[in-house]
Amino acid sequence: MTIDALLFQALNGLASASSLFLIGVGLSIIFGVSRIVNMAHGSLYMLGIYIAYSCATHIGGAFGFWGGIVISTLLVAAIGAMIEIVLLRRIYRAPELFQLLATFAVVLVVSDLTLWIWGNEDLLGPRAPGMTGAVEILGRRMPTYDIFMMFVGPAVLLVLYWLLARTRFGRLIRAATQDREMVGALGVDQARLFTLVFALGAGLAGLGGALQLPREPANLAIDLNLIGDAFVVVVVGGMGSITGAYLAALIIAEIKALCIALGAQTIFGVSFNFSRLTLVAEFLVMAVVLIVRPYGLMGRAQGLIRTLAIPEEPVRAADAMTKGLAGIVLAVLVVMPLASAYWPYATVLGIDMLIAALFATSLHFIKGPGGMHSFGHAAYFGLGAYGAGLAVKAGGLSTMPALLVVAPLAAFAGAALFGWFCVRLSGVYLAMLTLAFGQIVWSIVYQWETFTGGSNGVVGVWPQGLLADRSIYYWLVLALTVSGVMFLRTVIFAPFGLGLRAVRDNPLRAAAIGLDVRRIQWIAFILAGTVCGVAGGLYAFAKGSISPETIHVGRSIDGIVMVLLGGLQTVSGPVIGGPLFTLLQDTLIRQVSYWRAALGIVILIIVLVFPQGVVGSIAHWRQWLAERARRPA
Amino acid sequence: MSTSVLSVDNLNAWYGAAHILFDVSLNIGRGEVVALMGRNGAGKSTTLKAIMGLIERRSGAVTFEGRDISRLDPFRVARLGLGYVPEDRRIFTELTVNENLDVGRQPSRTWSDGNPAPVWTEERLFALFPNLGAMPDRPGGQMSGGEQQMLTVARTLMGNPLLVLLDEPSEGVAPVIVEQMVNTIVALKQEGLSILLSEQNIHFAEAVCDRAYVLEKGHIRWQGEMQALLADTETQRALLTI
Repeated sequence: MTIDALLFQALNGLASASSLFLIGVGLSIIFGVSRIVNMAHGSLYMLGIYIAYSCATHIGGAFGFWGGIVISTLLVAAIGAMIEIVLLRRIYRAPELFQLLATFAVVLVVSDLTLWIWGNEDLLGPRAPGMTGAVEILGRRMPTYDIFMMFVGPAVLLVLYWLLARTRFGRLIRAATQDREMVGALGVDQARLFTLVFALGAGLAGLGGALQLPREPANLAIDLNLIGDAFVVVVVGGMGSITGAYLAALIIAEIKALCIALGAQTIFGVSFNFSRLTLVAEFLVMAVVLIVRPYGLMGRAQGLIRTLAIPEEPVRAADAMTKGLAGIVLAVLVVMPLASAYWPYATVLGIDMLIAALFATSLHFIKGPGGMHSFGHAAYFGLGAYGAGLAVKAGGLSTMPALLVVAPLAAFAGAALFGWFCVRLSGVYLAMLTLAFGQIVWSIVYQWETFTGGSNGVVGVWPQGLLADRSIYYWLVLALTVSGVMFLRTVIFAPFGLGLRAVRDNPLRAAAIGLDVRRIQWIAFILAGTVCGVAGGLYAFAKGSISPETIHVGRSIDGIVMVLLGGLQTVSGPVIGGPLFTLLQDTLIRQVSYWRAALGIVILIIVLVFPQGVVGSIAHWRQWLAERARRPA
Repeated sequence: MSTSVLSVDNLNAWYGAAHILFDVSLNIGRGEVVALMGRNGAGKSTTLKAIMGLIERRSGAVTFEGRDISRLDPFRVARLGLGYVPEDRRIFTELTVNENLDVGRQPSRTWSDGNPAPVWTEERLFALFPNLGAMPDRPGGQMSGGEQQMLTVARTLMGNPLLVLLDEPSEGVAPVIVEQMVNTIVALKQEGLSILLSEQNIHFAEAVCDRAYVLEKGHIRWQGEMQALLADTETQRALLTI
C-alpha cells in the first residue's frame, strides 16, 4: 500500500462522509426538537431515492435528474409534514418509547407503499448529467460525481448552520430543543414549529436519498439498513448538533476508507482482512465514543429535559380476577397439543407464541421496570440460539444441556459484557449503544463463516430423543416460558425489583438512599439477557436451523413492538403483546399480500386508540370507570 | 376598581390525581399590581401556571380582556397578551441574550378599548436592564442568577404583554437584584401594565403591590388592600411567616 492509495481512499471517504451526514442530520434536528426517535427516517430517505429515480427516468435529461433532486426533497418534506400532522401530533404526550412504535408503523406502511408503486426490483438510476466522467487524482480515476458529493455535505452544513444561527426559525428550533413548553408560553405555536421541523428533517432525508441515486440502486432494504447508520451519526455527533453530525460522519467514513485501504494485512504473523471491519466500523466508533464521551462528540450533558409525557404508573400485583384468568389460559395452553389432531399447526404456532412471550417478557424487564430501552435485545436471543445450536453441532452436546446450560450461559456472557458498558449511559444514548452491540454481534456471526456458517447459519438443529415429538417439545417450551416469566415477575416485586424501579424513577435519589445504581442496572441487564438466551435456545430447536436473521436488528425492533403492544406499565403486558404480535404477523403473512402495511396500520390504530398499550389501556379504562362510578353525576 | 383585565373564577387544578387548587377566584384591574402570597407549596405557582394553561387538568373560568381563555393552549393565551415569567427562569441556555429576547418577540397590540399597549424593543429593555445591554451576545447559560432573572422578565416583555404573571422574581437572587426588580415593577406599572406577582416576601410585595391575595393549601384565605395586610399581623402570622 502506498501513501497515494491511502490519500485516494481518504478523498473517497470525504464523499461518503457527505452521504452519511445527510442520512443523519435530519434525524438529529427532528430528535432535538421533538424528542421523537423517528424510526421512519430511513423510509423517508428511501422515498427520496425512489422519487428521484422516477423523475430521472420519466422526465429524463439534466432537468429530470437535477430537478428530480429538488422535487424529491420537497415531496419528502411534505410527506414528513403530513406524518407529523396526522400521526405524531396526537402522541406527543404518550410515553416516549410508544412514539417509536408509531414511527415504526410508518416504516412498515412506507415499505409496502414503495413495493406497490415501484415493485421489488432494484432500480439503478442514471448517472448524473454533466458529471458522468472521472478525474485523474493521484494516478487513480475518481468519478466527477464523487468530487461533487465531497462538497455537498459541507455546503448543506453551512446552510443549516446559517438557518439555525441567523434566522428566527432557527432560534425557535434551538429554544424548543431545550424547553418546548416555555417556547409555547412565549406565544410560539409549537404544533406549527414541530411540523416545520419535521418537514425540514424529512426534506434533508429526501435530499440525501435523491443524491445517492447515481451511487447505489434504489431498493426496499434501504429503510432499515439506514436506520442504524443514521442513529450512529446522530449519537456519535451528539443529539441535535449538526456540526457534530458532520464530524461523526467524517470520522466514520474515514475509518471505513482506511480499513479498505489497509485491506489484508499480516500483523505479528496473523493475517487479517481490515476491509471486513467496514461492516462494524461505525458501531465500534460509536461504542468507543459513547464510553469516552457519553453525550457524543459535540453533545452536551442534557440537564432536566422537560417532556410532556405523563409519568409512569407503578406496576401493581395482579388481582384475583387476573390471576384466575391467567390460570384458565394456562390450563388451555397445557391441553393445546391435544388439538393438534384437528389443527396440526396449533403446536407450531403455540411454540412460536410462547417463545415470543418469553422474549418480550425479558425485554420488558429491562425496559419497563428497568427503564433501560434496549434496541439490541436480539443479540441475547441470538447468542442463546447460536450457543445452543453450536453446542449441539460443534460441541456434540445433547438437547437439554445445550438448552438449559449453554444457551443461557452464552447470553449471560454477552449481557454481562455489553451491559457493563450500557448501564454507564441512559436514555436514547443507552438505546443506541445496545443497538451498536447488537450490530456487532450480528456482524461477527455473519462474517465468522468457519464457525457460525456465515449467512447460511447452522442447520439441522432438531431436538433429540423424546423432545423430537412436537407435543413434548411444546410442553417443554411452555414449562420454560412459564418459569421464566414467573421468575422475572418475582424479581420485579422482590426488594431488588423495588430498587430497580426506584433507580429508573430517580437515579439521584436512589443513589442517595444507598442503592448502587449501576450495579442494580447491570444485574437487571444480565438477568434479562440470560432469560432471553433461553428463549433463543428454544427458538433454535423449534426451527431446526439458525441464521443471522435471528440476531438482526429487525428482531430487536419486533421485540420493542411486542412490549409496547402489550404496554410497558404492566407485568402481564409482554406476555400478551409477544404472542399477539406473533399471531398478527403469522396470520397477516398468510392472508394479506401487503402484510407489512396491514401490520403497520393495525399498529397505528392501536397507537391512536390504546395510547398506553393494550393491557395498559384496559387497566386505565377500568380505573376511569371506577372513578366515574364513585363520583356523583 | 378600574376595568378588570383578568378575572379568575373557581379555578381548580390537579397534578395527576393530586388536587392542588380549590376554587381560587381573583381579579386584576388595568394598571394594577396584585400580590399572590402564601408559603411554599400554597399553590402560588400552580395558580399562575393554571391561568396560563400550562396545567393539563384544570377547571373554572378564566377571562382575560373579556375573552374566555380557560380552554386555550398556552401559546394562544400568550398571543392574547398574557405574559408569563416562570419562577425557575427557564432561560434558553444555549441562546444568547439577544436570541432569548428574539424568541419572546410578538407583534405590538392594543387594549380592548383600542388604546395602544406599551411596545418593547431591545433598546428599551436594555435601558430598563443595563446589565443585559452590556452582554447582548452572552449565552444564557453563562449568566448569573440575577442576570438570568432580568433576562426572563425582559424576554416576556418582548411579547408586548398587557398583563404579566410574575412568579417569585425575588427568589434566590442577591439583594441588589431584588431592589432592581422592585424598580422594574414600578416602571412597568407606570407604563400601564397589570401584574400578578407571586411572592412570599411581604417586604417585596409591600414595595410594589396595590392589593394582595393570600393562599393556603390551595385556598384563598385572605384578600384586600396591601396596606390592610401589612397592618394585620394576625393574618401574617397565620398564613405567611415561617
